[in-house]
Amino acid sequence: MAGKIITISSGKGGVGKTTTTANIGLGLAMLGARVICIDADIGLRNLDVMLGLENRIVYDIINYIEGRCRFRQALVRDKRFPELFMMPAAQTRAKDAISVEQMKSVANEAAQMVDYVLIDSPAGIEHGFRCASAPAEMVLVVTNPEIASVRDADRVVGLLEAETNIPTRLIINRIKPEMVRRKEMLSPEDVVDLLAVDLIGLVPEDTEILAASNRGNPIVLNNGSMAGKAFLDIARRLKGEDIPFAPLKRPSLFKRLLGSHRKESL
Amino acid sequence: MNWLNIFQRRKNSDREIAAQRLRLVLAHDRANLSPGMLDMLKDEIITVISRHLEIDANKVEVRLTEDAREMRLFADIPLHNPRKGAI
Repeated sequence: MAGKIITISSGKGGVGKTTTTANIGLGLAMLGARVICIDADIGLRNLDVMLGLENRIVYDIINYIEGRCRFRQALVRDKRFPELFMMPAAQTRAKDAISVEQMKSVANEAAQMVDYVLIDSPAGIEHGFRCASAPAEMVLVVTNPEIASVRDADRVVGLLEAETNIPTRLIINRIKPEMVRRKEMLSPEDVVDLLAVDLIGLVPEDTEILAASNRGNPIVLNNGSMAGKAFLDIARRLKGEDIPFAPLKRPSLFKRLLGSHRKESL
Repeated sequence: MNWLNIFQRRKNSDREIAAQRLRLVLAHDRANLSPGMLDMLKDEIITVISRHLEIDANKVEVRLTEDAREMRLFADIPLHNPRKGAI
């Protein structure tokens, strides 16, 4: 049976698409699934550094499409989970170096090998996004609880609704529980209500996410962190588990006294 | 921070302002109808209806509403009440 193809998209850049792809991919692997993460952001690849696999790249997706290597050669095996692979984007090519049909055939070939194929879409709603979403059985739309990214997420959802029948699920990233409590930012409920899309993940803002990506060890590997658990919950929901949305707690008093969170939220 | 904000916040929190603005922006985006176009549409509706009925142009309300992701153009056009006008 072919694996499930899931695209991670957002419209707006910088909301955490690649971080989300890396964490869900690793999360699924932690749960025992075989996974291929495809970086579809041609010319601006970053999934490799997020996963800490940048030094292992030999070939990329364009090399494979142009017949310079075999499919398996374009895959980089994860150093932590042998059933997790990444297919890097080409870094020195234009965004339109790949066609919708080519992306579909790469994704379908990947799906023959594993249980889940995750495609990290480029920002925007042009060709790159259309390529990345074309093979998908489901699109996860990542947004932050602020006006600009919710608006752009709505465009993505609207386009997918108008032109395809691919179902969408919403991930709200960078929630600051303390600001929500003080009514200083949109709450997750507000965002779900405005977008009218089914929710699949709520990820709190966490300075550990940056620290984790600096080291190339996505936060999902860190059992103790709220954000890591939030990403693992998304992986579980994708696998069909019924995981309730835990209320986002304030950081511990200890953390708040340390001041790192307070600076973040102001 | 202005000390007046302490009182204003209760009435209109940043959260509510953001949600309100976003709701309006999304409505116009989804309908592909700018606020200016909506005003023009309203003026034209008033002109057309006025040809057949007596209406109070100042009380006409034309706006976008939404139901899940489905957009609707909502027009509320109060008719001029002749009996009230006669007094």
